[in-house]
This record gives sequence, C-alpha cells and structure tokens, in this order.
Amino acid sequence: MQTLVNDHASVVDAQRLTHLRQLEAESLQIIREVASEFERPVMLYSIGKDSSVLVRLAIKAFAPAKVPFPLMHIDTTWKFREMIQFRDAFCKQNSLDLIVYTNPEGLRENINPFDHGSEKYTDVMKTQALKQALSKHGFDAAFGGARRDEEKSRAKERVFSFRDKFHQWDPKNQRPELWNLYNTKINKGESIRVFPLSNWTELDVWQYVYLEGIPIVPLYLAQERPVVEREGTLIMVDDERMRFLPGEKPQLRMVRFRTLGCYPLSGAIESSADTLPKVIQEMLLTRMSERQGRLIDHDQDASMEKKKREGYF
Amino acid sequence: MVKVSIPAEQPSALGEVSIPAEQPSALGGIANEQKLIRDDIKAYLSKHEQKTLLRFVIVGSVDDGKSTLIGRLLYDTNMVYDDQLAAVKKASNLEDGSIDLSLLTDGLAAEREQGITIDVAYRYFTTESRKFIVADTPGHVQYTRNMVTGASTADVAIILVDARLGVLEQSRRHSYIASLLGIPHLLVAVNKMDLKGYSQEVFDAIRADFRAFAKGLHFKDVTFVPVSALKGDNIVKRSDKTPWYTGQTVLGFLEDVPVGEDRNYTDFRYPVQYVNRPNLDYRGFCGQIASGVIKKGDEIMVLPSGKTSRVKAIDTHGGELQEAFAPLSVTLRFEHEIDCSRGDMVVKPDNRPQVARTFEADLVWMHERPLDTQKAYLIKHTTQQVRAQIDKVHAKLDLATLTEQPGGTLELNDIARVTLTCHRALYFDAYLKNRTTGAFILVDSLYNTTVGAGMIREAGTPRQSLEQAMKEIRAGSGLVPKTQVSPRERRERFGQSGATLWLTGLPGSGRWALAYALERKLFDLGRTAHVVTIGRQTAKHPSDFRGAETLDSITSAAHACTNAGLITICAFPSYKKSDRQSVREAIGQDRFIEVFVDTDPALCRERRPDASVAGFEAPTDAELTLKLDQLRVHQAIDAIVEVLEKHGQFEQH
Ligand SMILES: Nc1nc2c(ncn2[C@@H]2O[C@H](COP(=O)(O)OP(=O)(O)O)[C@@H](O)[C@H]2O)c(=O)[nH]1
Repeated sequence: MQTLVNDHASVVDAQRLTHLRQLEAESLQIIREVASEFERPVMLYSIGKDSSVLVRLAIKAFAPAKVPFPLMHIDTTWKFREMIQFRDAFCKQNSLDLIVYTNPEGLRENINPFDHGSEKYTDVMKTQALKQALSKHGFDAAFGGARRDEEKSRAKERVFSFRDKFHQWDPKNQRPELWNLYNTKINKGESIRVFPLSNWTELDVWQYVYLEGIPIVPLYLAQERPVVEREGTLIMVDDERMRFLPGEKPQLRMVRFRTLGCYPLSGAIESSADTLPKVIQEMLLTRMSERQGRLIDHDQDASMEKKKREGYF
Repeated sequence: MVKVSIPAEQPSALGEVSIPAEQPSALGGIANEQKLIRDDIKAYLSKHEQKTLLRFVIVGSVDDGKSTLIGRLLYDTNMVYDDQLAAVKKASNLEDGSIDLSLLTDGLAAEREQGITIDVAYRYFTTESRKFIVADTPGHVQYTRNMVTGASTADVAIILVDARLGVLEQSRRHSYIASLLGIPHLLVAVNKMDLKGYSQEVFDAIRADFRAFAKGLHFKDVTFVPVSALKGDNIVKRSDKTPWYTGQTVLGFLEDVPVGEDRNYTDFRYPVQYVNRPNLDYRGFCGQIASGVIKKGDEIMVLPSGKTSRVKAIDTHGGELQEAFAPLSVTLRFEHEIDCSRGDMVVKPDNRPQVARTFEADLVWMHERPLDTQKAYLIKHTTQQVRAQIDKVHAKLDLATLTEQPGGTLELNDIARVTLTCHRALYFDAYLKNRTTGAFILVDSLYNTTVGAGMIREAGTPRQSLEQAMKEIRAGSGLVPKTQVSPRERRERFGQSGATLWLTGLPGSGRWALAYALERKLFDLGRTAHVVTIGRQTAKHPSDFRGAETLDSITSAAHACTNAGLITICAFPSYKKSDRQSVREAIGQDRFIEVFVDTDPALCRERRPDASVAGFEAPTDAELTLKLDQLRVHQAIDAIVEVLEKHGQFEQH
C-alpha cells in the first residue's frame, strides 16, 4: 500500500484546503476536546475500516505522545480470525492500550448466533457486553466510528451524543451543537458517545485509508474464500464452529466484505476487487446502501433508533 | 439479495424510474465523474482528493419545498442508492406516478409524528469539484433554534421562496437569522416556478422585493435563481423553460462560490486546547487555528499571561510545517518555556483580540426553560469555560417585524441584545469579524443543558492597549462576589419559594404549638419549613422571650431563612401593627404571610394569666384568620397550607 501523506507539503494556497484535510482538522479538534474535558475516555474499536481511521486520527491528535486513552474491543468470540490477528498486531505496532471484553454470562451460557438467533445473540454479546464494559471501567466518554451518512435515521445524530446512567440514548435530551463548541457537561454516572467521523462519508473514509496508507483487515479485499450460500447471502466458513444446513457445502469463491462483524452474520459479496482502488471503484459504482450487507438489519425490523436507545451505538 | 457487479453503463435502475425531468446521465459533470470512476479509478481518486468542502443550510417554511430540493440535489448528483430509490418509489403517491423526491430525506417526518425533538439533519453529497454538507432544518415552531444550529457552520444559506406566495414574513426572518449567524452568501431559490408558468415577471418582482429588504443585512452577496425543485429546473441542470434567466443553477452556484476567501486569514487566533507533554523535552500546545496564519519563527503572545516568545515548530503527525492556517489542527512549540495551558489564547503581539469581562452580544435562547437573569451560567467560548451572568436584556427582536422591542425575559427561540459579565476575562473578536472567537454557547450548569447561543457584538471602544487588556485580566478576581444560585434555581430544587409565615396572637393563643405542628406537617408533605427561634431561649415558655432590640434580630433571621428558600415560621409576640409592618416590608410583601391566631381572649388569659395583653393591636389585614378555639389543629394547618398554595409557594411535585 502506498503512503501519500500530504502533511509535508507546504501550505501554498490556504484557500484550497481539501475537504479531507478539513474533516481531519475538525475530527482532531473533537478528539482533543474529549481528552481534555473527560476523566476517563475510551475509544470503541471494532477493527473495521472506520475504526482504523478513528485510531489514526487519535494517533495524529496526540503525536508524538501516545494516545492518552485505551481502545476497547467487545469480543463476541465470533469475529473473523483475521480480525483478531489484525487487532493484536495493529495495537502492538502502534503502542495502543487495548481492553478486550466479553460478556462472561453469555460466554458461560454459550450464547451463539446459530442457537439463539442473531437478535438475541447481538443483544447479549454486543449490546449488553458493551454496557457492562463501560460500567465496569467507569468510562465517561466513548468514541465510536459511526457516520451520519450510514443511515437515514443517523442524519441528525449529534457528534456528542448524551447517554443516561443506564447508557440509554434519550432523544428528548440531546443538546444542540453550534459551531465547534461542544457542551461536555455531564453528571456523575452519565456518559457521552462521541462520533468524530460524523461528517465523513463512506467515500471519505476509503479515500483517507488509501491516501494515508492505513492498514485494514484483508477481508475487505477480494480473495478466494470458503463460503456457503444461504438465502441469497454468502457466509464465510471461518472456523469449525460453523453449522451447515442439510446439503450445504463450502465452495471457494472470490469474495470480499463491505462491513466486518461476526462471521456467521456477515454477508460477503462476490467481487474481483483485490486492491483498495478497485474496492473504492466498486463501491462507487454500486448503488446499494452499505448496510444491506449486514444480516442483523434484515433479521428483525429493528430500527436504528431502537438499537441506539438500547445502547448499541 | 446481495450481489454486486460493475455495470457497464449508468446504473440501470435510474432509467426505470419515470421522473418528469431529464435523465441525470445527461448532466455533464456528473457523467464525467462516472466515466472516470469506471475508466481510471486512481485518476478519479486523486481528483476527488482535491475537492473542497462547502457547508450550506436550506431554509424555508413548511411546504416551501426544502425536502424536495434536497432530494433533487441528491438524486441528480447520483447520491441515491437503488434500494433507497425503490423504497421511495414504492412510497410515492404523486398523481402522475413520478417519484416524490422529498421522501428521500423523510427521516424527520417520522419524528414529527413521534413527537421527538425535531432537529437538524445533515446530508452529504459530492460533485466533481466539491463535497457538500447540507444542514436540513425542518420548518416548524422550534425553527429558530434549529436554524441557528444549522446556520452556525454554514458558508451558504439557500432560502426558498414559494413563487406563488412571494417574500413572506418567514423569508425575512430566515434571512435575518442567516445574516445574524454570519453566513456570507445567500441564495434565494424562487421555487415552484412551474406553477407560475416560469414567468419572468413573477421572478423579477420577488427579486426586487427581496433586494429592498436584504440591503440592511450583512451578506457578501445575494443571488436569485428561478427553480422548480419538483421538476428539476435550474437545480442541477439549466432549464429550457427559463430562457430569460442567464445566471447559474443552484448547484453551479454552490460549486463556484468561493469559500476559502471567506475565512479570516488576517487575525491569528489560537485557542489552546490541550497541552502535550509526553516527556521533559517536549512541550507542545495543541489546538485548532481559529483564524489567521502562523509561520515558524513568528513572534507570539500568550493570553492571559501576556508573555511573548517565538514559534519554534509547528508539529503534525506527518512532520513539521513551515506555516499553518485556519482551520488546521496543529501543535505549536515555543522557543521559551512560557506558561500556557488549556483555555489560553496564542496571538501575535501586534494583533490582539479584545480582552474584556463585560460585553454585548446577540443571544438566541435555545431552551424551554427561560432565561434567569439572577443566575450564573457557564459560557463556553473557544476552549474556555467561565461563569457569567446576564446583566441586562437591552432589547428583544420581534421576529414578525424585525424591530427591537424592550427587553424582558428570554424564552425558547427568542433573540435579544444583552450585556454579559464573565467572572474572568474572555479574549474575543466581534462575531462579524471572526465566527470562531466571536461565538459562545451558554450552558445551564444545574441541568447541563445548552440554553443559549451568543454572538459577540463589536465593542464601541477604540483599540485596546496592552496595558488595558492586562488590567481587565487581573481584575478577574476583583469582581464583587455574589451568590451564583438564583431564587428560581432554589425554587426548582426545593419545589417551593421561601416565605415568612408570621403568626400573630395573644399570649396563650397557641401560636407556638401551632407553629411546631405546622413545621412537622410541612416536613411530612415533603416541604422544607423551619420555626425560627433566636438567641439563648432560657425562659420556660418561648413567648416569654421579648424585647424591642430583638425585632431587628428576628427580622434578619426570618429574612435569611426566607432567602434560603425555607417556609419560615415565626411565632414571636408582636403586639404593634407597625412592628409587623416593618417586618413585612423587610421580607417583601409577596413573601410575607400573616396569620392571625384569633383565639378567644378569655381562653388566652386563662392559659397565661401572667402575660400582659395591654397594647395588643389585632391585625386587620392578615392573609388568614384562624379562630383556633373553634378549630382542630389539623384543620388550622390545612387552612394555612391552602393559603401557602394560593400564594404560589409550591411547585407541583
Ligand atoms: N409544483 C411544484 N411543487 C413543488 C415544488 N417543490 C416542492 N413542491 C411540492 O410542495 C410540497 C411540499 O414540499 P416539501 O419538499 O415536502 O416541502 P418542505 O416542507 O419544505 O420540506 C410537496 O407536495 C412537493 O411535491 C415545485 O418546484 N413545484
């Protein structure tokens, strides 16, 4: 991957500041604001491309110092193996403090996507796990990589999204955000989710990954992988825990993933895009909402709003 | 079905949709982009990388066509996904079977039904030359608040005017707010031209009307475009129905309007956000440049210390810069070890901001809870947070006539000119000159809510000398200390406002017994009450305690308890009307309730044969009279509680 970092370029024409540099500057301001105003911030790390960009921005915000807060990954134990390998290598390379948390009860009861259905599984292993982890560590601010362009209902989400003691999002209790002046006041026990990538689009994120040479999990690039086709969705057989339906046999196909999550719940797409520019090209030419590739959105018509209220975001 | 293939042509689904306007594939720039993406993605990426960013806000009243216009922009710039389009197509029920583009952004419509706070929604699209962020502010009662929020960061405001209705009161109001928020460029989209036969006369009349009024506003330029959001005329593509119009399309304007030039590159202002100190050898000051340009080697001054140094390095993760400008986020290092921390501002010694504790500002009230002028709020200004109070509401803007009306209190969506005093000096510029250092938000520290948005006005004073600035900074601690908890806040906390309940009666009338029973009852009701006693009460009976010199002590004790928000119960002997009147005046008429405990004098004498009754002046204007010998105590208490309620003492719990 090439690195085309522009930081060295002398500032010839201030008026032609590119949109990515402007978005970057604004995101750094947000990240530093949180580090200054909150006692215990954490960065939620999902190992996906948005997380990778978020972490890069955090590194930039505090260079040459270390990132002054930990990353936290909620491990459902069903992530792709490549994601976990990537996570550990990435954190080590960048001297990042990583907290990995798994819901102990869910683990004990072996809550999994096959026996319990994606809705219950996601609730226990992701939503509940996240709340447990936030409470356990007493984090008062949690960075997330969500963007406003992801979904219609996210379009009005704040950059600083207020959560009550139970990590719940109260739509009536959000604060207006003017200029770059963020109200960071909270009471003890309450917290704030912060989305520094709010104004980035999917294309911006990809472009930034490309420009900055940010490492991403190889699953984003097309490669022959063992998959089964189930109700029109390609599921990758990532380990021996995969359960097959009668007649199902894994076959090798050129596929890649648009979003990464738990392998039994992530649909792959057939593609020959094996380089970043090709992925971006496909993305641009494909008129399809990003979230179609995510099974959990189809499983139950649970709205984003509801999930948000439950603390998923 | 999740399946992807790279289409050889323009995405086919777009062709299936019947929309009255032309096909988007006919649009030059956008088609070029599509072609480049297909043919040479790397070339596309390096081109995309060079795009600039423009923020704009679309305003108008309900049904002016905001959603349709945004939908049209997204659709004609190919920002709509097939599945979204399919959903919208299914939901559309326009008469001619065409798709209702306003549904593309209907995320807010659902909210309206659910009664959720209506808010600003942000949408994104890009064209060949720019990335756009659109603030979509729904028009309804909370409009001012939402519009102000969306407008605070906008470079351009698009105001929709319905061609059939012309320039309405709302159009003026929206333009005024856009101007107040310092948006440099205004585009007036005269919409629904299709319903007026694309008439030039209609357009010209509206333009003339609008121009006349916009003269008094602060826009750099005002542009008029005749459009039909529904049909797509002059939005992205030039319309052949308006041959008389030779200006730009809406998108053409958005792509060309200069944004970089609007930034302030003259006055270097650098609010320190974060001090980076990984080891003893490195001390960097992180921040986002609010305005101006800084070069390596430049002389700087830090406020409030007034100390000067030079820029040793401008650091970024990618390496040092020779020069940096607004709005970049960088890290500065200085040649000398000078004191500098979060909230400080780095400037150039020969170009300093105004330094003051008291200033005038335009304040927009953003919250349902009205302004409380007796309370201290928190101001967040750049990276500073200070306590501040609103000294005076000079004038409130009447949004209907856009004229100033005498001030009063401020309620949700009100705009007023106010004077504020901060507990520490701020370093600022007039908002009109600097949209970053001239802006602040007001936070209610009791509820942590954002209640106001402020824009600092130009100070009438000539340029401040350094000496004067330093004096302002040092004076910070010299402010007269006063309570920062207002009576209204106390009232909200306690659910009651303080009052003095004065029990008047003869010795033996049962005042003290009643007082303590009442205190208990109020306490049980969840109220906070206190029976005042003063001095060392050694006498057997509290009534025996008396003396003219004590009237002052009693008054001040009652006053203090009442100010503290308590239901203050006094059962002291007070024979003289004039004494009671003086206490009433000291406490305040509306906080003083006199209860005449009118027990049969014979009974009183029987109970307290030792007490003298000479000189007792029975009250004639008590708020309540209780014939205690004819009532049970609980009845008497109920009557008193009722009077307290009638006096508005209690908030509903
Ligand atoms: N004829 C005509 N109708 C329009 C035009 N723009 C919007 N409308 C219609 O006006 C109504 C209100 O539009 P909408 O975009 O929902 O307005 P909003 O409340 O400002 O978002 C809808 O029925 C639209 O179809 C236009 O240019 N011409």
